[in-house]
Amino acid sequence: MTPPLLEIDNLRTWFYTDSGVARSVDGVSMRVDAGETLGVVGESGCGKSVTALSILRLIRAPGRIEPGSAIRFEGKDLLTLAEADIRHVRGNRIAMVFQEPMTALNPVFTVGDQIAEVARIHTDMSRKEAAAKAVEMLRLVGIPDPERRATEYPHQLSGGMRQRIVIAMALVMNPALLIADEPTTALDVTIQAQILELLADLTRRLGTSILLITHDLGVVAENCTRVIVMYAGEVVEEATTSDLFRHAHHPYTEGLLGAMPRVGGHAERLATIPGTVPAPTNWPAGCRFRERCEYAWERCEQEHPPLYQIGEGHVSRCHLAVEPERRANRHVPIAAQVGAGAA
Amino acid sequence: MSTPLLSVRDLVKHFPIKSGIFGKVSGQVRAVDGISFDVNAAETLALVGESGCGKSTAGRAILRLIEPTSGSVSFDGHDVLTLGREELRRLRRKMQIIFQDPFSSLNPRMSIGAIVREGLTIHKLAEGAAADTRVRQLLDEVGLRPEYASRYPHEFSGGQRQRVGIARALSVEPSFIVCDEPVSALDVSVQAQVVNLLQDLQRDRGLAYLFIAHDLSVVEHIADRVAVMYLGHIVELAPVDMLFDMPIMPYTQALLSAVPAPEPGVKRERILLTGDVPSPANPPSGCVFHPRCQHPAKDEECARVVPPLEEKTPGHWAACIKQNAPDFFIPRSALHRSVPSPVNS
Repeated sequence: MTPPLLEIDNLRTWFYTDSGVARSVDGVSMRVDAGETLGVVGESGCGKSVTALSILRLIRAPGRIEPGSAIRFEGKDLLTLAEADIRHVRGNRIAMVFQEPMTALNPVFTVGDQIAEVARIHTDMSRKEAAAKAVEMLRLVGIPDPERRATEYPHQLSGGMRQRIVIAMALVMNPALLIADEPTTALDVTIQAQILELLADLTRRLGTSILLITHDLGVVAENCTRVIVMYAGEVVEEATTSDLFRHAHHPYTEGLLGAMPRVGGHAERLATIPGTVPAPTNWPAGCRFRERCEYAWERCEQEHPPLYQIGEGHVSRCHLAVEPERRANRHVPIAAQVGAGAA
Repeated sequence: MSTPLLSVRDLVKHFPIKSGIFGKVSGQVRAVDGISFDVNAAETLALVGESGCGKSTAGRAILRLIEPTSGSVSFDGHDVLTLGREELRRLRRKMQIIFQDPFSSLNPRMSIGAIVREGLTIHKLAEGAAADTRVRQLLDEVGLRPEYASRYPHEFSGGQRQRVGIARALSVEPSFIVCDEPVSALDVSVQAQVVNLLQDLQRDRGLAYLFIAHDLSVVEHIADRVAVMYLGHIVELAPVDMLFDMPIMPYTQALLSAVPAPEPGVKRERILLTGDVPSPANPPSGCVFHPRCQHPAKDEECARVVPPLEEKTPGHWAACIKQNAPDFFIPRSALHRSVPSPVNS
């Protein structure tokens, strides 16, 4: 078996704030294989973006990647690399695309110059070669009339175009891994479809692996081969996309799937998950989802669930894996009993 | 049929583009360019479309939060656009709005109790202890603990703040609420809580909603009828089932096919629209959608003739001169409904 392209092992990224230690990422492990698109889903504050930033060591004080964490990429541990070496990885072997393209672009340079700059930093291309490369990249990401567009400034372009520019910039060095953090969240649905199609096409043509971070399960269903669900700084479920949608195991995943209104599905009432995500400075003991869970019992309070293997390539952080008969025993979650105030 | 609660006719809102040091008007952004629709009592009409299509401007122009350029809005027998200040203020008791961003729409220096109470005071509905009681009832009704009244907005999560916004709107007992993207900024599980709350309130109080949204899956869930907007025009209007089952407009078909299917393995034939939405400062001639339209029968007539919004089948209005009834120029399999759902939770 070939080793995975990226392997994250027990990553813990903590933030030392005035109100306590926020354990935003708290023991996350995952792998991305060559050529695959891995989806990471979860709601705000689950730690998915901090995980992505940790891979490129973009965590700034008061944040810190705790000792004992490891991120292996192409045979190197990124966390122990010298600053000069990690800089060589960033933008070269691993590139990142963010949610809001306008903040990722410099308003006072033309988009052509900004793309060319990447090539100039990482190679010894001449100014002219780099400019030609920029036009080639614009063509690759499907921008019509690339020669003219290269001379324009970010504000002259629409949101969808800007996101294409950012993707073009990320792909200049033909990276092995593209981390896309909510790449389509700021875009309209018809433009989102264009961008997702572009990403899928790029993986086919260039063999780039993608780590796709999103809160939208629809985006995952259509684009990812495997999915990781995060909750409260941890991985709570990992499965192939079809397994996850057909046989979700963790009650949180079940809740997310139920809460999602779907075109074509006609539920009278949407399922909800009562309560809110706990604060990262104060994760509950035992299972972190316990108070919002319909199945929780004493064990969930006493014992922090490990990731149980429940099928091939399918793991879940829920004691139901070992006591499946408890599934019959649904009750109103604690967060809903407390009643008024939960939102 | 009884008269509708709200009737909007040929509503237009143009924003002048000023240029030069003298602020000479050099053009018009045609944000809303002649839209007409009705909202019945206790009904939810969804107004959907992509950013810049004019849906939020339309919602605000109806309430006169921005003054419309022309057209007429009649609400509960009143001609909203000709009312004087005092009359308008009285009428606003009946017409409320909930905003998208629960962070910027609440005054950070007011406790949530004071925020909810403000409407009661302005409209002289209650004062003193009666007002306190009413505030607590309202908070309870939207699922917040009454003792939270003394807390400030920053102490609440996005979903909870949106509940405060809803309580504020409800305080004056409106019969109609413009919901401007009320759940777009919320996480899925919280979004579901707020959608359910809005539906419960509608059922209990007989509220009518103009639900402005871009998320079609939420719209299908909550709406009775749907109006699709594109570049300031309503291009299709139909009962929700009809619109999702048999969309007539090529734009609506593309929009529906673009929604990612939350079911792995279901790969829809997607109509990928090329290019971006044109600028409303310089809209295309004829049918505003024609430059991006992929209908096989599209011809130069589309660039010339402004398609009227016509009733193509009973209750189903669309603005396309090439398509009469839904004859599906794209395969129906491209739309979600025809694919049997393998997941049914």
